[in-house]
Amino acid sequence: MTELFEVTGFTVLMAGVATLVMLPPGIFVAWILARRQFYGRSVLETVVTLPLVVPPVATGLILLKLLGRRGLFGGVIDAIGVDVVFTWKAVVVAMAVMGFPLLVRSARAGFEAVDRRYEGVAATLGARPLKVFWTISLPLARRGVLAGAVLGFSRAIGEFGATVMIAGSLPGSRTLSVAIYRHAELGQDTAASILIIAAVAIGFVAVYVANRLGVAT
Amino acid sequence: MTTIMRSLSLLLIVGFWLPSCSWPVAQSGSLSTATVVVSVAASLSDAVGDVANVFEKQTGIQVLVNAAGSQILATQIIEEVPVDVFVSADERQMIRTIAQGNMDEGSYLQLLSNQLVVVVPSDRLMGISRPDDLIAQSVRRIALGDPEAVPGGVYAQEYLEQEGVWDALESKVVPMRNVRAALRAVEAGTVDAGVVYRTDARQSVNAVIAFDVPVGRGPRIIYPAAVSTEPPNPESAAQFFLFLQTSTAQQIFEAYGFISLLAH
Repeated sequence: MTELFEVTGFTVLMAGVATLVMLPPGIFVAWILARRQFYGRSVLETVVTLPLVVPPVATGLILLKLLGRRGLFGGVIDAIGVDVVFTWKAVVVAMAVMGFPLLVRSARAGFEAVDRRYEGVAATLGARPLKVFWTISLPLARRGVLAGAVLGFSRAIGEFGATVMIAGSLPGSRTLSVAIYRHAELGQDTAASILIIAAVAIGFVAVYVANRLGVAT
Repeated sequence: MTTIMRSLSLLLIVGFWLPSCSWPVAQSGSLSTATVVVSVAASLSDAVGDVANVFEKQTGIQVLVNAAGSQILATQIIEEVPVDVFVSADERQMIRTIAQGNMDEGSYLQLLSNQLVVVVPSDRLMGISRPDDLIAQSVRRIALGDPEAVPGGVYAQEYLEQEGVWDALESKVVPMRNVRAALRAVEAGTVDAGVVYRTDARQSVNAVIAFDVPVGRGPRIIYPAAVSTEPPNPESAAQFFLFLQTSTAQQIFEAYGFISLLAH
């Protein structure tokens, strides 16, 4: 039972942190994709969607190569004395990367649904772009953004492939998926089943909320 | 409509069946040649691969090698995944399968032994030469097989407990799915040290042996082998099991650094 609460609590907490981490860049990317024409726009659009289609394990291995001590950014991260790989931070990174496309897609649809005239009116009344964004665009797009956050959160809860690559399976930082997989491998079916029930319950709530917010999942 | 339904159900069947394709036996049905399915501890995968090649040349029987952590193999076997021969990296996992009636106790034999070593990334040696050195703060993470189940991890914990350093090291331990994965983590530099088998460490380039665990001080490592009580390929199973005990096979194992437990 302690494992149930520990693992579920940890997973929900990490998915929450991951959602908070992906929200600012996610909203920004969604907004520029919806409202701005710029060079490389379709490339950005494609890159942002990639984690949806690339095998999660591959994404995890790429992240490991980037963040590992011998990786591209790993040296820098190591130099400032931060450990990412095989810690809870790696769980957040994996979850955020995997949830990001869902957040962006939904939030972008939200921004696109905002009538440009309101933004135009605000601008002619002297509002600066940032103020237009905060007072007009974001509040009007909030359903899409919220739904995207819920979808990203749900994706983060279920994340497995990338997580197991860069966060491993450490006691105390095992997510639901990783813990279920480990129990299954060790033939501990009862322990796995208890966690599966928790996973289904969380998934149910998340999808229910997303549906009530009016997004197609 | 019916064609749609039919193709849909076909898709469904294929969808459910496909994951099992990674399991070698799924293919054996379509092959006319005789096969034998062998589940071996991850640490044995290279050596058994070589043994299998020689066996295939001599007998024409195709060997399908399924290598993974022994605890995973044991779970598969208990879940009735068809296997002819099982070579585990410890007795505990073999006993699990014998107790469930999947592996034949009568065929059980102690095949090989191995030795533990402590490895470090080749670019960060840190002067580690004995167990106490692992306590140092500069050693932040130590990769092992999962000490709860992976044989190599169980052995590693036993050893570190004997040396009286386990309590100090436990919080640094990164449990991996098998000992090979622990070695990979050391090679990639994502951990500072690892406890692995000497046979694996010998083949590594980016990880170097910091010190050997003397055979007398470490736990006694035993690789037991057994034949299934209901082998899918009974004749090939018996032939391969005998071949594992020949001096030809034992010499290959010894070339990889394993210690033969059979007199020959």
